[in-house]
Amino acid sequence: MIELKHVAKRFGAQVVLDDVTLTVTEGETMALLGPSGTGKSVLLKHIIGLIRADSGEVIVDGLNVRKLKRRELAKLRATIGYVFQNGALFDSMNVHENIRLGLTDPAQYNDQEFVEARVLECLKIVNLAPDVAKKMPAELSGGMRKRVGIARAIAGKPKYLLYDEPTSGLDPVNADIIDTMVKRLDTDLGVTSIMVTHDVRGAFRTADRIALLTAGKIVAIGTPEEFRDSTVPEVRAFLERDFDNEPI
Amino acid sequence: MSSIATRLQHTAGRAVLDSLAAVGRFAALMAELVRGLAEWRVWVPRAFDEAWNIGIGSLFIVLLISSFAGAVTALQAGYQFTGSIPIYVVGSLVTESVVLELGPVLVGLILAGRIGASYAAELGTMRVTEQIDALESLGRSPASYLLVPRVVACLVMIPVLTVFADVVAVGAGWLASKQALPITDADFVYGARIFWHPFDATYSITKAFFFAAAIALISCYRGYTTKQGAEGVGRATTGAVVTSSVLILLLDTLLAKLLLKP
Repeated sequence: MIELKHVAKRFGAQVVLDDVTLTVTEGETMALLGPSGTGKSVLLKHIIGLIRADSGEVIVDGLNVRKLKRRELAKLRATIGYVFQNGALFDSMNVHENIRLGLTDPAQYNDQEFVEARVLECLKIVNLAPDVAKKMPAELSGGMRKRVGIARAIAGKPKYLLYDEPTSGLDPVNADIIDTMVKRLDTDLGVTSIMVTHDVRGAFRTADRIALLTAGKIVAIGTPEEFRDSTVPEVRAFLERDFDNEPI
Repeated sequence: MSSIATRLQHTAGRAVLDSLAAVGRFAALMAELVRGLAEWRVWVPRAFDEAWNIGIGSLFIVLLISSFAGAVTALQAGYQFTGSIPIYVVGSLVTESVVLELGPVLVGLILAGRIGASYAAELGTMRVTEQIDALESLGRSPASYLLVPRVVACLVMIPVLTVFADVVAVGAGWLASKQALPITDADFVYGARIFWHPFDATYSITKAFFFAAAIALISCYRGYTTKQGAEGVGRATTGAVVTSSVLILLLDTLLAKLLLKP
């Protein structure tokens, strides 16, 4: 389970997260919606300890992320797969090496046979051909980079998956493919997921619950149906703008 | 008037705080580096790759510039001293100038541009494209993967390149003086040996080692702490080259004062 309790974060004078409280239960897929620059990615980075909260608590699997020592944090991170917005693939390594780095168990990482099999398995899960393994990140399209990023995140069989804008910058067809894949992964792997996005359609398609983060605060949270029927002005404004007044 | 004073106070206060923050970040990076050393299985193979890149990649330019520097030193010495003092002094001057000063400083400045810029740009790009965050998110130490190999490679290879540069520059100075001046091989060797102290070679390598540390640490720090996208990468790269170059000249003065006792 992932819990954020009264988390606050500011960068200089700018308040990015303001008393954010959020709980994601085991096996749940939560979509975190919000306009650009409202602190969605910052919130996600708190969960994995890449950013430390000024106040409040981030608890993952009963562990307070802010109070973990270096080794404990590394151990926790091994249970979390993080899909970065633009893939964040290592330029100097080919796809095979990138996915291999996702193997957080040293025994598995050093077992060549296991590595070969797992890399191919991960590529298959994200619908990429085996020969992609030899390519360098610069040779991949945007959609392929995102998929390799997902393959790397799932390589170590994590308990949690955090997606940072998995469909941003993609055309609608590729965005649909990624959304379908996220949904399938969550079901097949049984992971607990948080997907940060500003794509309302994708959120409705994949999430068990949706939260809206605006100006550093969670202003609404609920199932897709509850969210669609919400009367909170920020939710209405967000939905109407995104769907261009078409019915969902 | 008072508002100008207040603004000046604010600016000065901000500058002090920023400097303290930078010192804190640098100290944190040093602590990361020391911790990263423990993961030798990760950094040793990468340090070999980096050392190869620095050594082979920089060898030609280092040798080219050092040979010109040695030749010019010989020609200028000949121009200044012919007829006034014994000609063998050219051998002394070329050898001592190159080993004590030109060799390590030129190699330092060349590599501050070549390696410093490259490290700052690589790490800066990795920072702004979240590759460093990705390493951390995978429970891996960016210090072991990215910083320690670069620093170790610099600390090993820059002194080695300096030795090559010293030898080639003295050789080029010897050849140039023979071509342009009435000096024999015996004169040059006599001059080279008469003022030579074994410590001179140690001093040259010691300087190179300090310059290597300056280049590696400054460029890694600037790259690793890059912010604000492509503009930030550009700033980090320029900052790495300028700061390392200034630090090299500062260390050059300090080490001369501390280590060269008449």
